[in-house]
Amino acid sequence: MTVAILSGFVLALLAPTLQRVADRRAGWALALLPLILSLYFATFLKAIGSGEVFHARHEWVPSLGIHLSFTLDGLSLLFALLINGMGVLVLVYAGGYMAGHPELGRLYAFLLMFMASMLGLVLADSLLVLFVFWELTSFSSYLLIGFDHDRADARAAALRALLVTGGGGLALMAGLLLLGQAGGSLELSSLTTQADTLREHPLATPALLLILVGAFTKSAQFPFHFWLPSAMEAPTPISAYLHSATMVKAGVYLLSRLSPVFAGSDVWIGTLTVVGGLTMLMGGWLALLQSDLKRILAYSTVSALGTLTMFLGIGGPLAVQAAMAFLLGHALYKGALFLVAGAVDHETGTRDVDRLSGLRRAMPFTALAAGISALSMAGLPPLFGFIAKELSYEATLGAAWSTCVTTAAVVTNILLVAAAGVVGLRPFLGQTLPTPKPAHEAPLSLLLGPLTLSVVSIASGLIPAMGVNELLSAASTSVLGQPADIDLALWHGVTPALGLSAITLLGGVGVFASRGLVRKSASCCGRVSSWGPAGWYELALRRMNGLAVGQTQLLQSGYLRYYLMMTVAATVGLTGYALLGRGTPATAWNWFDVKFYEVGLVALMLLATLGALLLKSRLAAVASLGVVGYCVSLVFVLYGAPDLAMTQFLVETLTVILFVLVFYHLPESRIVSETSARWRDAVLALVTGVLMTALVLVGTPENYPPISEYFVEHSVTRGHGRNIVNVILVDFRGLDTLGEITVLSVAAVGVHALLKLRRRSDSGSETSVAGPAPVEAAGMLTQKTPMGELHQEDRDAGDDRRGSSPIREGDKP
Amino acid sequence: MTHVLLVLPLLIPLTTAAVSLLAWRGIALQRVLAVAGAAALLCAGVALLAYVWKNGICTTQAGAWPVPFGITLVADLFSALMVVLAGVVGLAVVVFSLGSIDRGRDAFGYYPLVHSLLLGVCGAFLTGDLFNLYVWFEVMLMSSFVLLALGGERPQLHGGIKYVTLNLVSSAVFLAAVAMLYGLTGTLNMADLARKLAGIQQPALVSAVGMLFLIAFGIKAAVFPLFFWLPASYHTPPGAVSALFAGLLTKVGVYALIRVFTLIFVGEMSFTHLLILVLSGLTMVTGVLGAMAQQEFRRVLSFHIISQIGYMTMGLGLAGLAESPAMASLALAGSIFYIAHHIIVKTNLFLVSSVARRLCGTFELKQQGGLYQAYPFLAVLFLVPAMSLAGLPPLSGFFAKLSLVQAGLGAGQYAIVATALLVSLLTMFSMTKIWAEAFWKALPEPSAPEASPQRLSTKPWLTLVLPIGALATLTIAIGLGAEAVFTLAMRAAQQLIHREEYIQAVLGGPT
Repeated sequence: MTVAILSGFVLALLAPTLQRVADRRAGWALALLPLILSLYFATFLKAIGSGEVFHARHEWVPSLGIHLSFTLDGLSLLFALLINGMGVLVLVYAGGYMAGHPELGRLYAFLLMFMASMLGLVLADSLLVLFVFWELTSFSSYLLIGFDHDRADARAAALRALLVTGGGGLALMAGLLLLGQAGGSLELSSLTTQADTLREHPLATPALLLILVGAFTKSAQFPFHFWLPSAMEAPTPISAYLHSATMVKAGVYLLSRLSPVFAGSDVWIGTLTVVGGLTMLMGGWLALLQSDLKRILAYSTVSALGTLTMFLGIGGPLAVQAAMAFLLGHALYKGALFLVAGAVDHETGTRDVDRLSGLRRAMPFTALAAGISALSMAGLPPLFGFIAKELSYEATLGAAWSTCVTTAAVVTNILLVAAAGVVGLRPFLGQTLPTPKPAHEAPLSLLLGPLTLSVVSIASGLIPAMGVNELLSAASTSVLGQPADIDLALWHGVTPALGLSAITLLGGVGVFASRGLVRKSASCCGRVSSWGPAGWYELALRRMNGLAVGQTQLLQSGYLRYYLMMTVAATVGLTGYALLGRGTPATAWNWFDVKFYEVGLVALMLLATLGALLLKSRLAAVASLGVVGYCVSLVFVLYGAPDLAMTQFLVETLTVILFVLVFYHLPESRIVSETSARWRDAVLALVTGVLMTALVLVGTPENYPPISEYFVEHSVTRGHGRNIVNVILVDFRGLDTLGEITVLSVAAVGVHALLKLRRRSDSGSETSVAGPAPVEAAGMLTQKTPMGELHQEDRDAGDDRRGSSPIREGDKP
Repeated sequence: MTHVLLVLPLLIPLTTAAVSLLAWRGIALQRVLAVAGAAALLCAGVALLAYVWKNGICTTQAGAWPVPFGITLVADLFSALMVVLAGVVGLAVVVFSLGSIDRGRDAFGYYPLVHSLLLGVCGAFLTGDLFNLYVWFEVMLMSSFVLLALGGERPQLHGGIKYVTLNLVSSAVFLAAVAMLYGLTGTLNMADLARKLAGIQQPALVSAVGMLFLIAFGIKAAVFPLFFWLPASYHTPPGAVSALFAGLLTKVGVYALIRVFTLIFVGEMSFTHLLILVLSGLTMVTGVLGAMAQQEFRRVLSFHIISQIGYMTMGLGLAGLAESPAMASLALAGSIFYIAHHIIVKTNLFLVSSVARRLCGTFELKQQGGLYQAYPFLAVLFLVPAMSLAGLPPLSGFFAKLSLVQAGLGAGQYAIVATALLVSLLTMFSMTKIWAEAFWKALPEPSAPEASPQRLSTKPWLTLVLPIGALATLTIAIGLGAEAVFTLAMRAAQQLIHREEYIQAVLGGPT
C-alpha cells in the first residue's frame, strides 16, 4: 500500500524527463502506473467485500505522534479505485488535449503528484498523515489551476482556491489535533472504537466544528463554494479530475470517515443537512444560469457535493448507501461530461452552449458518450444514475423532516435534469452552427475517457452485481461502522421513489424547454452574483491588504526618531510595570549614607546634562556633555578606581575633540522639531532616567560577595600583576578583551572601507550603484546619533516604509 | 578533548578572519580561506553536537580560572545545534558570495568580516558568562554593521544608521541589565546567577531586570514593538549579506531570550512568560501584515522574519505557562525546531531572491516575471523553502508549526494557536504573491531603459545554485526525517527545562 502511494510521487519526479523522451506517447506510458494500481486495488475487492480490512504501518515522527499508518477498507477502496481509474483516463486525455504544450511535462508531474497525494489521503489511518496529504492535494490543485500562468485570471483563481481550501485546512488541523487530544489518539481506527465516550468529551464539539470548516471548504459547500467555479480556469483534464471526480470529494470522504464517530449528534445532523441542502439547491439553480459548458458542470458538481453532504448528515443505512451510490454515479457521468466538454472545446474552439449545436454529425462518438452520460445524470434507466437517484429518494423519504428534504431533492434534481440536457444533448442535436474552429471528431486519446466512463455507467446500471454491489456495500459498511448490505437493482417495483423519478424527469424536461425564459428573468433581477461569498472574499482580501498597508505605514514610518521613541517607551513601560505595577517594592535606601560631596557631584552632573540639552551653541552643548563625562570619572576616583577614571577622562577628552573636528562639516545648527515634540521627548527621557535610577536604588547590593574579591586576592599570586584592572583585562577575563580587540579591528576595516571604497560601475553588483562622498557619509553618521533629532527632510532613510508607496526616495540614486 | 571542541568554533572563524586580514591584497587566498574556514566551522559544530549528544553538557574555563571567576564556555544541545546551523549558513553564504560579491567589496575585507560575524555568533552561542555574551554581541554588531554599510551606497548607509542606532540602544540596555544583576548577585556566570537569583526574595525587582533583558534581546530578535531596524536595513546590502543576516542575527537574539528565560528568570513565569506569549502573538501578526504590504522581494522576506520570530518566542512563552515539564519541553522543542527550520529556509529564500534579482534586474516584484517558464529548476528551489515557510507538509515548517500548535492546544492557550494558524495562512498568501509575480507571471516589457542588460542571463551559475540546492535538500530532509531533528530538539528542550543539569555541569557539585 505504501509503495502504491509513493510510486506516484517518484513517477511525478520523472515525468518531465519522460515527456521529453517519449513525447506523444508519454501520456499513455504514464497512465500505466494508475492502471497497475487500479488492478492492484481491484484484487482486494473480494476480501474487503467479505469484511476484511488491511493495514500497513511505518514509523515516521513518533515523537509527535505521527505514524505512517494506512488502512484499506471499503470506503478507501471505493476512492482508491476512483482515483486510479480516473487517473488512467485523465493522463491519456491530457496527452491528447495538451499535445505540443511546452509545459506538458510539468502538467504530468503535478497530476501524478496530486494522484499520489489523493491516494494517500484516502488510505491514511493517522489523522495527521491524512492532513499531510490533504494539504498536498490543495497545493497541487493550486499549481494546476494556475497552469496557464500567463493569465492573471488563472493566477487569481489558483490563489482563491488555495486560500479557501488552505484556510479550511488550518481549521482542520486544529480540529484534528483537538480530536486527538479528546480521544487520546490520532489514529482513526482507535478513535472509531471509542466513539461513544469521545462524543461526550467537552472538546468534541469544537473539534467537530473546526473539522467541518475544513471539509466544507474542500468540498465547496456554501458559503465556501465560490472557489470551485473559478477553478475552471484550469485546463479541462484537471477540472475533470480534481474539481469534479476526486479532490473536491475529499471533504465528503473525511465526513464519511468521521461518520462512525460523530454521526447522530445534533451538531452533525443539523449542520450537514442544512449546509448540504442549501449547497445542493443553490448549485442546481446556478448551474442553470450559466452558458459556459464547464461552469454549468462546475455548479452542478457543487450541487452534487451538497447532496452527498446532506445524505451524510441524515445518516442511517439508507442515506449512506444512497450517498455512496450517488458518489460513484456522479464521478462516472460528471467525469465523462467534463471530458466531453474539453473535447468539444478542443475541436470547436468554444465552450459556449449558445454557439454549439448539431455537433453529432462532426463528432459522433463524442456525442454518443455525452448522450449516455447526460441521461445518467438525468437519472434515466438503465444507467447507473437512475439507480443512484432511486436510492436517494428512498433515503429522503425515510429521513426526518422528510417532506422538506424530499422537496429540496426533487427540485434540485429537476434543475439538474435540465442542466444535463444543456450540456449533454443541446450541443449535439439540432442545426449545425458555425464554430470558431471547424468541428471534427476528437482523437482517440480524447475519446477513450468519455467512452469508457459511459460504458461503465451502462454496465454498472445493468448488472450491478458485477462488483459494484460489493464495492458499495463495503464502502457503506465502513461509513456506518456496521455491516450494510446493498442490493442494487434497476427495478424496485412501483414505489414512491419511482413516482418521484417520473415527476423529476417531467419537471426537468419542462425546465429545459423553458430555460431561456429562466435565464432571462434571472439575469433581470440579478446582480446577485456580485453580492455573495465571492464578493465577501474579494472584500476581505482588499480590507486585509488595506489593514496591512495602514499598519505598516504607522509602525514602519521611516522616521528613526519614532523607532527610538517606541523602543524607549517599550523599555520604560515593561520594566516600570514589572517593578512598580504590582505593588511597591521595598528599598534598603538610607538617606544618612549620602555624603555632601556626593550630592554636589550629582548636582553638577544634572546641571551639565541640562546644559547639553538647552544650550543653543553646539560647541557649548558638547562641552557640557564633556562635563558629565568628567563627573563620571570623578565618581570612579571617589570609589577607588583611579585607572578607570584616567581612561574615562581620556575618552571624554577625545570625544569632545572629535566632535569639534566633525562640526566643521555639519550644516548650521537649528531646531527643527515642534515644541510639542520636544516636550514629549523630554517627558520620555525624564521617565527613562527616573526609572533607571529607581532600579538602581531598589536593587540592594551585597546579597552575595562579589567575584571581584577573588581578583583582588589572586591578582598577584596567580596573575602575577599588581594592577588588578590589567590582570582582569588580560588574564581573568582575557576572552572579553579578545572580543573587544576584534570589535576594534572590524571597526578599523569599516572606517577604511567607508572612506576608500567608492562604488565603481563594475558588473555583478547587487544593489544600485551610488557613490556618496565620504564626508557626506560621516556627516550622516554624526547627525543621527541617538542624541540628535533626525532632520525632517532626512526622512527617506533607505525608505523602509511600505514598498508600494509611490514616493520612494532614497532607493534609487 | 572537550576543551578543543568548545574552543574550535571560536578559533576557526577568528583565525580565518585574522589571516584573511593579514592577506589583505590576496583576494584569491581570502576566498579559499573563507570557504575552508566555513567548512571547518561546520565540521567543528557537528563534532561538538555529536560530543554533547553522547556525553551531555560540556564546559570549559577560559584560562583555567575556576568558576565563577573566569569565563565559562558551555555547550548544551541547544547551543551546539545553533553552532551547527551557523556553520551551515556560513558555508552556504560564503560559497554563494564567491559568485555574487563584486570586486570592490572583495577587496575591502568582505570575507574577514563574514568570519568575524560568525565568530560573534558562535561566541554568543557558546559562552556561559553574561558579560562575555555582551562582548560577542558587540563583535556581531560591529561586523554586521560594517558588512551592511560595506560598499557605501546611499540606501546602505541609510539602513545602516537605523540598524546601528537601534542596536546600540539594545547594547546600552543589555549593559545596564548586566550591571544590575552584578549588583544583585556579585557574579556574571549564568549558572551562578541562576543559583544566586533563586535566593533573592524580590520577585518584582528580578522581573524588572528580566524585562531589561527582554528588551535588549527583543531588539536583537526583532520582536514587536522593537523590530524597526530590521525592515529598515535588510533590503539594502548585497543578497549574500542579507541572507547571512536573515539566517543568523535575529536568531542569536532568540537564542539569548530562550537562554536567560529558561535559566535565569524563571521565578515569576506566570508574569514574564505570559508577556512573552502576548508579544509573540503581536509579533506574528504585525510581521505578516508588514509583509503583505510590500511589493519588493526582499522586503516581503524581511517582514516575514519578524513574523516567524513570533513563533519561536511563542514556544518559550508556552513553556513558561505549561503545567507539566513534558508539555514545557514540547513547547520549547517546537521553538528549537522552528529556529532550525527557519534559519535554513530563510537564508535560502534570500539567496533565491538574489538570483531572481540577477535574472530580472530588480527586486521589485511588479517588474519581475517569467522565472517559472525559463528556469523551472530555480522555481522548484524557490517553492521548497517558500512552502516550507508557509508550513506546507511534509516540509520542515509543517512540523515546526505542528509541534507549537500541539503545545499551545495542550496548554489551553487557544488564542495564540488561532493566531499562529491564521498567520500561517497569511504567510502562504504572501509566498504565493512572490510566486505569482516573479515566477508565474510573464516578464513584463522593460518600461525603463535602466533595465540592466544582464536580464535573464547569469554566469557563475554553479556557485549560486549549489548552496540554494543544498539548503533546499536540507529542508526536505528535515521534513521527511523530522523524527531525528525533533528528537534532538526535544532533548535540547529537556536540558533547558531541567536547568539543574546546566547549573551542575558548570558549577559542579552534587545534583
